[in-house]
Amino acid sequence: QSTLVVAEHDNDKLTPITLNAITAAKKLGGEVTCLVAGTNCAKVAEELTKVQGVKKVLVAQHDAYKGLLPEELTPLVLASQQQFKFTHICAGASAFGKNLLPRIAAKLDVAPVSDIIEVKSPDTFVRTVYAGNALSTVKCNESVKVFTVRGTSFEAAPLEGGSAAKEEAPPSAAVGVSQWLEQNLSKSDRPELTSAKVVVSGGRGLKSGENFKLLYDLADKMNAAVGASRAAVDAGFVPNDLQVGQTGKIVAPELYIAVGISGAIQHLAGMKDSKTIVAINKDPEAPIFQVADYGLVADLFKAVPEMTALLSK
Amino acid sequence: MAARVLVGVKRVIDYAVKVRVKPDNTGVVTDGVKHSMNPFCEIAVEEAVKLKEKQLVKEVVAVSCGPQQVQETIRTALAMGADRGIHVEVSGKDYDALGPLQVSKIMAALAKKEEANLIILGKQAIDDDCNQTGQMTAALLDWPQGTFASEVVLEGDKLKVVREVDGGLETVKLDMPAVVTADLRLNTPRYATLPNIMKAKKKKISVVKPGDLGVDVASRLEVLRVEEPPQRKAGVKVETVEDLVSKLKEGGRI
Repeated sequence: QSTLVVAEHDNDKLTPITLNAITAAKKLGGEVTCLVAGTNCAKVAEELTKVQGVKKVLVAQHDAYKGLLPEELTPLVLASQQQFKFTHICAGASAFGKNLLPRIAAKLDVAPVSDIIEVKSPDTFVRTVYAGNALSTVKCNESVKVFTVRGTSFEAAPLEGGSAAKEEAPPSAAVGVSQWLEQNLSKSDRPELTSAKVVVSGGRGLKSGENFKLLYDLADKMNAAVGASRAAVDAGFVPNDLQVGQTGKIVAPELYIAVGISGAIQHLAGMKDSKTIVAINKDPEAPIFQVADYGLVADLFKAVPEMTALLSK
Repeated sequence: MAARVLVGVKRVIDYAVKVRVKPDNTGVVTDGVKHSMNPFCEIAVEEAVKLKEKQLVKEVVAVSCGPQQVQETIRTALAMGADRGIHVEVSGKDYDALGPLQVSKIMAALAKKEEANLIILGKQAIDDDCNQTGQMTAALLDWPQGTFASEVVLEGDKLKVVREVDGGLETVKLDMPAVVTADLRLNTPRYATLPNIMKAKKKKISVVKPGDLGVDVASRLEVLRVEEPPQRKAGVKVETVEDLVSKLKEGGRI
């Protein structure tokens, strides 16, 4: 038994969710191999050799891997699979992993398992369905188990203590049916949403995009990331990469502050594993109060600046 | 010009329904529960219909897999502007076990049969939350994939897709034919008007079986148990912001 973890990175740094995926891979038992593909990813490969529990790092450098397109990475993973006969292939359930892993699975003619939250045994996994309203235990009878891993459900593997061997991945020819043109990433000095210790999220109650400034000011006092409900994204207040929920990001920070968010099940799906939840909402009946450790029934336009001021003292 | 677009439409429990787990833990209660088109499939239909309105495609074909009732979902797509429907009949145990891999095989087979050169699907269904079908359909056809799309532009025989990724947006250019999966901001789906609902009743829905398409729907995934998630206990109400901040400080959260 052996597992391949497809590493996510930006050529400079490993994306943290890869470390969560490695932990899930370790839980299966058997050897853990990581595959790093990129245009200039020697540094990331080096970083991975030191991660605890990783036995081998396969490295593939080629111009075709620019933008980590699934059309190009799939044949590479298949070639690696062919050579090493992995029993499991996984990656983090991020935009990258969700895009790539099903493509690999279909090529292997196996059904993948998305976004697992628990490993019961090497062939049995737990995942959420219906926006977290139900937990489903799935047994995968495929010859190769392909799955993605919810980052918040597994600890990150330690970045030191390992001494993996580096090896060149088997070659695969460029496919050339897709082209990566550009990336337009939201610039922010705040911590990244899925790994932040504190998250301040806003909903429709904020009333406008400009009013999100209130949340940014509060977030900056707490070194927090800023998120949003789908309603706020739908209303055009903020971009979709801030969305926390069933079809957005899953977060589980130490502290989650929901501001002007009613607490639809689709939103709760993305944040209810947070250690402490605070809700600020003027509607005392809002469902968000049913999951909040601390609820404050108040006008957010007064309460949030007041909180920011208090924390500035 | 893209000749024909296939759009997948899935019938799911309506997003506003509070889903309940069956007491025997075999699944969730679906009988007597309101069903609708998966919201991301609505976005996919809207995008396809828009391409047709811009005369960039000739025909929009809505496909759904499942029992008789999925024809209602196909009718909704027809009322939104799709030209015709294909109902892939799957029922009973086969339907219970029907997963994204089987649906992808059906979509891929239909794409060949119908000579489609664009497939638009929702990025995810809100029932199983799998987020797989588009990627797998593309793989089976060896077509490129523009998943989680927030903008789609047809440029000759290429397709420019702006994608929602974790840190923001990313733009890719794909050779046609291709598969696109719709994210939230791709468009706002229209409501079907009464005249269009009436018109949709006259549009044709053909019925096929997976076997007619050479697809075996056997699944090698087995759901052992479905259960309620642990419930979070409600906490306390605080009266003032000061109260809140001091509680958070006591708890070491800030």
